[in-house]
Amino acid sequence: MKTRTGLSVSRREFLMTSGALIVSAAAPATSENAVAATAATDPLKPALVPGELDSWVAVLKDGRVAAFFGKVDLGQGLDVGIAQIVADELDVAYEKVTVFQGDTANSCNQGGASGSFGINVGAKPLRNAAAEARRILVESAAQRLSVPADRLTVSDGVVSVTGDAAKKVSYAELIGGRFFNAKVEWNKQVGNFMDINVRAKPKQPSEYKVVGKSFPRNDVEGKVFGTSDWVSEVRVPGMLHARVIRPERAGCDPVKVDEASIRSIRGARVVREGNFLAVVAPREWDAVRAAKMLKVEWSASKDPFPPMDKLYEHIRAAKTVKREEPLKKGDVEAVIKTAARVVEAEYEWPFQAHASMGPGCAVVDPRKGRATLWTGTQKPHYARDGVAKILGLPPEEVHGIWVVGPGSYGRNDAGDTAIDAAIVAKLTGKPVRVQSSRAEGIAWCPKGPAGVHRGRAAFDASGKVIGYDFNSKGFSRLNVNSNESDPGDTLGGMEIGMTLKPQDAFGTPEETYGFDNKRLGWEVIAPLLARSSPLRTSHLRDPVGPDIHFASEQFIDELAFAAGEDPVAFRLKYVTAARDAAVIRAAAEKAGWQPRPAQRSRPSGDVLTGRGIAYAQRARTIIAAVAEIEVDRRTGRIWGRKFTVAHDCGLIINPQSLRYTIEGNVVHGLSRVLF
Amino acid sequence: MAKVSFAVDGKAVSVDVDPNMPLLYALRDDLKMNAPHFGCGEGQCGACTVLLDGEPTRSCVLPVSAAKGRKVTTIYGLGTPKKPHPLQTAYVQEQVPQCGYCVSGWLLTAAAFLKKKPAAGDSELREALSGLKCRCGTHVSIMRAVKRAQKQMA
Ligand code: FES
Ligand code: FES
Repeated sequence: MKTRTGLSVSRREFLMTSGALIVSAAAPATSENAVAATAATDPLKPALVPGELDSWVAVLKDGRVAAFFGKVDLGQGLDVGIAQIVADELDVAYEKVTVFQGDTANSCNQGGASGSFGINVGAKPLRNAAAEARRILVESAAQRLSVPADRLTVSDGVVSVTGDAAKKVSYAELIGGRFFNAKVEWNKQVGNFMDINVRAKPKQPSEYKVVGKSFPRNDVEGKVFGTSDWVSEVRVPGMLHARVIRPERAGCDPVKVDEASIRSIRGARVVREGNFLAVVAPREWDAVRAAKMLKVEWSASKDPFPPMDKLYEHIRAAKTVKREEPLKKGDVEAVIKTAARVVEAEYEWPFQAHASMGPGCAVVDPRKGRATLWTGTQKPHYARDGVAKILGLPPEEVHGIWVVGPGSYGRNDAGDTAIDAAIVAKLTGKPVRVQSSRAEGIAWCPKGPAGVHRGRAAFDASGKVIGYDFNSKGFSRLNVNSNESDPGDTLGGMEIGMTLKPQDAFGTPEETYGFDNKRLGWEVIAPLLARSSPLRTSHLRDPVGPDIHFASEQFIDELAFAAGEDPVAFRLKYVTAARDAAVIRAAAEKAGWQPRPAQRSRPSGDVLTGRGIAYAQRARTIIAAVAEIEVDRRTGRIWGRKFTVAHDCGLIINPQSLRYTIEGNVVHGLSRVLF
Repeated sequence: MAKVSFAVDGKAVSVDVDPNMPLLYALRDDLKMNAPHFGCGEGQCGACTVLLDGEPTRSCVLPVSAAKGRKVTTIYGLGTPKKPHPLQTAYVQEQVPQCGYCVSGWLLTAAAFLKKKPAAGDSELREALSGLKCRCGTHVSIMRAVKRAQKQMA
């Protein structure tokens, strides 16, 4: 199986064109892309809408299968999993399936990479479409072979009569290179929950042959041998390099721009709309130099941010603008008042930057009445919509192409960069490439929200927890939306005067502790700076999950300690869902957990060891982790020595992909906690 | 502008550029190399790593003039799918990269280090690679791959 993204000049052609990786607006060159592109532009092709089977799968002339996926894989093998599912539903060899992803010309908007939904939600329409395609193909084989459909078997794309294998017809013969022209019932959702209803019934897990096995990724070799395409390598003839100029202090607007200050750089010039300011130059290094040299006078800013050591004071004192209590059972306040013992704790969590391995990069090529966008954003369809709004074009006239960029685990700066590129392309009328600086990537990317999380619990005289209250107070997790479809949600969009429509949202712990009285709530405070804020918040892997569970699971440990109970046993005592209990048990057993209550005693020695367990649910997956750590008292160094993770995501599509995803999760989480 | 000549992955090249421009921009913009990436431009992450006469070097902070007459190696020159470096083989076998943006730094630094110290132990390997970043958190499989390659090279 292969996966193709829209950037389409192969390494060979790259070498043949004397080393220049040149792409034109819509001229895919490799055979797979040619197929996809013709499929997309073929006048006979039904419209690219979710209600057409041809929008999801195609059988090519030679019997290979193309699947069109409206999400993107960021290096965890999501595309491999999709190919496995499609292969099983269609009864074709895994190697025959090519997944096209993140290209607005051949896939519907399934929401891009989002919310850990890639497989458990995103695979559904593909599975349904593949099953429906198989049903249609088997029916047409039945006609062709004059045999009832229930007497037919399919093996690797060949339909044959059960018991008389000589009587057969292949998918390629039945439909290869032509369209199904079959309607499917779209559920009218756009984004993550887009799905289709079909007459066919997808297979039972017991029938899977390909799903459940490990297949390697398709993108590894290219990355290891330096031959893969990257968004940062897209070069269009006549392209300008742009660098956006942003103030060193938040809340400042450009007052005076001294264009003469960059006159010494050949071809460099300033472009500006409203408070959006950028420099462009034909050569990248010249754009970088111009960005450094340009003299700008900024308006004075009343510093909108409290000093870091006052951040949590600010959060505690700030007025709540929205509060919700998604879970309320019994009367927590009443039992806290009369409890034999009350335990309280607070946990602080700072703003977090994505700090992806590279800053955002995008290319926008505006032509007459249409345009192309190359982007590494997680959500290329939405970014395409945003770029179309900037350019004043209907979205279908903008071709959004996702090309891999530095890994992102949330809404980092990649999408904002796409809008930056669109603004400069609009102002110059030229193809434009924007790549931010490292400082800009960290300072100006959307942030994970800071918050203060507070737990309170009531024990009765027997040591039973009878009341539990957990509340998170912080900045909204959706100050800017989770995608760039409305440029008002991006930095560049705000700078040119588009309106930001902020939302107030947070979240609560995802657990099933069955305390008699229980309340889980959140409250959100106003942003520190209403517009163009470097602290505008959005989702970070996973949206508010790390902060909330960091706090709530620590608090559960406090309660176990207060009760004098072992932290694993304490959790098992209160957790109510059987799957939750099973993952906690599995992690503890595998880690060789020795039950004992936590101790406050201070052991001697320079290097101390400790252990801990935490559990949470996330997007229908349940996870428990046991950490074994070392602390060096002399240096303060903390070393995560061993992590044991129990991960119940239901049916495992590709064990190897899952293993790598979990390893990355652990390291990523650890780095957020330690550094 | 000045003409600077050097070798990249065994091929003689020459660019006519601002001599103060970092080597990374010459590799990417003038020579259209895909592998060394712009991660920080500050020498902090390793994404732009190349070997300069065999020594791991951060090309984002090295003026191109400093490469004059020297041998630059990117991962493209480290090995090819047909003739891979053992580290590349191990990287593929262990399926190391997620986004892969960091690969140049780890591969080239590890290759240079293993050449000098083929029998390096765990902590020496960690130490040698400690200045590199991987924001996808693939460190566990990086270590697996480096040790696998080390065994193979022994
Ligand atoms: S890009 Fe050179 S060290 Fe980061
Ligand atoms: S694999 Fe993404 S930064 Fe290392």
